[in-house]
Amino acid sequence: MTLKNRLEWVEGWGMAVGGAGYVFRPTDAGGVAEAIETARGKGLAIALRGAGCSYGDAAFRPESVVLDLSNLSRALAWDPETGTVDIEPGVSLAALWRLTIGDGWWPPVVTGTMEPTVGGMLAMNVHGKNNWPRGTLGEHCIEFDLTTANGESRTISQKNDADLFHDVIGSFGQFGIITRARLQMKKVHSGQVEVKAVSAPDLGAMLSLTDDAKDKWEYVVGWIDTFARGRNLGRGLLHFARHLEEGEDPDPAVSLDAEAQDLPANLFGVMPKSLMWHFLKPMTNRPGMRFVNFGKYLVGSTVGDEKVYRQPLAGFSFLLDYVPNWKNIYLPGGLIQHQSFVPAASAEQVFRDQLEICHEFGMPSFLAVLKRHRPDSFLMSHAVDGYSLALDFPVIRGQREKLWSMVRALAEPVVAAGGRFYPAKDAALPGDLYRSTFREGQLGRFAGIKATLDPDRILRSGLADRLIYED
Amino acid sequence: MSDSNFAFALVVGASSGIGEALARRLAADGTRVALVARREDELRRIMGEMNDAAGEERTIAVAHDVRAADEAPDLVQEIARRLGGLDLVIYAAGAMPAVAIDEYDTAKDREMLEVNLVGAVAWLNPVAERMARLGRGTIVGIGSVAGDRGRAPNPVYCTSKAGFHAYLEALRNRVAKLGVKVVTIKPGFVDTAMTRGKEGLFWVISADRAAEIILKKARRGVVTAYVPARWRIVMTIVRSIPSFIFSKLGF
Repeated sequence: MTLKNRLEWVEGWGMAVGGAGYVFRPTDAGGVAEAIETARGKGLAIALRGAGCSYGDAAFRPESVVLDLSNLSRALAWDPETGTVDIEPGVSLAALWRLTIGDGWWPPVVTGTMEPTVGGMLAMNVHGKNNWPRGTLGEHCIEFDLTTANGESRTISQKNDADLFHDVIGSFGQFGIITRARLQMKKVHSGQVEVKAVSAPDLGAMLSLTDDAKDKWEYVVGWIDTFARGRNLGRGLLHFARHLEEGEDPDPAVSLDAEAQDLPANLFGVMPKSLMWHFLKPMTNRPGMRFVNFGKYLVGSTVGDEKVYRQPLAGFSFLLDYVPNWKNIYLPGGLIQHQSFVPAASAEQVFRDQLEICHEFGMPSFLAVLKRHRPDSFLMSHAVDGYSLALDFPVIRGQREKLWSMVRALAEPVVAAGGRFYPAKDAALPGDLYRSTFREGQLGRFAGIKATLDPDRILRSGLADRLIYED
Repeated sequence: MSDSNFAFALVVGASSGIGEALARRLAADGTRVALVARREDELRRIMGEMNDAAGEERTIAVAHDVRAADEAPDLVQEIARRLGGLDLVIYAAGAMPAVAIDEYDTAKDREMLEVNLVGAVAWLNPVAERMARLGRGTIVGIGSVAGDRGRAPNPVYCTSKAGFHAYLEALRNRVAKLGVKVVTIKPGFVDTAMTRGKEGLFWVISADRAAEIILKKARRGVVTAYVPARWRIVMTIVRSIPSFIFSKLGF
């Protein structure tokens, strides 16, 4: 196929940023090598892509080769005794848990959707609702094969090269292509989790309830009513969940059946979920979202408060998959997300400032999610001992510049507080602010490894150009 | 850059007249612009002024003679790469040499056809193919009111513009359903080097004013726009005049 015929529009998951890319979809190592050779021959950069679930420009670069690895999706080995799995990078989270759950194993870290590929998840070193007890996905990776930009391949493990291991994972695909990963899955004794829902009247209560729960529950996640102000600022709902202990589930074979985990195809038993976003779209404006936020808090803080129930693992974990293509409610402009990680001592003030900044700009977030985090030892780590607040914003025609300015305003207090940012979610963060969140020497180390493994800077992305490479 | 504007634009015929004015306006609005024209010195001067005004390297220049049609496909690809994308392409190159009423100079006529029509096809074919693949983009062709009728003083200029209009319409009918907009612009008299010194002109507007109107139409993705709009009324009347009367009017 000629290069011209590979040209496609490639965009971030949020549909707000995109560009033309020469897309290669290899199914084997030979295909990967062909993409590298073509890019080198034509003087093009290569951007790595999995399922394209990063919100912004992490998985494409305009006018470059886009190496889509989602067809490298074979499970190479699965050991149900030890819970270790060898997989190609294009294996999705959905395929992974379906492979292992029947044997009583579940991915140790999952995102809010089951669509991402394992390669992409390692490149961004994703976290889940259990970041406090389990850390990021990279902490559950035993080893991986890395093909560098010159086509050489090597196996890197925590044992044989712990430094490079921690450098590559989370460095958003800038050091090489992960072509195989070995992960350690987590043993579970049931396909269900016990969930407790609680409400919190303000931001302070949200943070303290989250902190209290972090050692008692496997999963802790909060939702904030972004339209509430004054003494109600930051009010919201929290969900805590834990895996069932052995013996708590009367029939684990049933709940651990992958089919029992499947999300319902219809809502209320009749309406196909794929149609749902059409009904939600009329509500996707400020008055509508104010009403939705208010209603959700009202129900959650009254009839739903202190409710304890059991739920299938997939249903609890992958809330974003309940309404297929829900992001289309943000069309035509799409959406961006801004996720800040702030040390615990400063979190309340910073998040309070951020929520107020949104109102000052007249652009309240339509969805806000709170999580508890702990630091890790990866070079480009986004985590801190503290909290993260993820804010979704619609990109409205005529207000894009203002929204991008607001992202800077939201990021400044995070930087001042010693916080960090999550590239997987980012589309609009200014590079100077991102770079200022790293300790002295970290970015120098990044540059040194890049110069060694990819001196010609073949591997690039829109995100890496924006946040890291100043030229 | 305003999000109602274009991010990456290519202007063919950018060293003077409407093309230059369009390029300057686009860059002033934050668009990254590629200037294409034959005269390299002029291009570099304009590029320098535009980048100075912007305070950054927002504009690139590519010297090219549109009569070298074979070069166009590779240049489109190269320019898209250098800019980082291509969401607006304007073909503004044009030639209108003085032609005497009794002159039948095929060499002169051929040059007009090559610049006004063949060059346009050579550039806009690969652009349309690219934009159709991507399902987005805007193509603007600077035609002329002269293309609406066959006028005695300059038969081949009228022919080239009429052919360009037909080409743009056909292109639109190919790619509009794929998400690509094709805008036909028919300017009246615009104060440029091409018209300066000519007699009998009226309603003359500046190239900058023409560019302002054209960009507004391009953003809206209109099908055909007369510039300024009152020419639509005039040309509707002119087009409806029967040939046997038109031939006696001396236009």
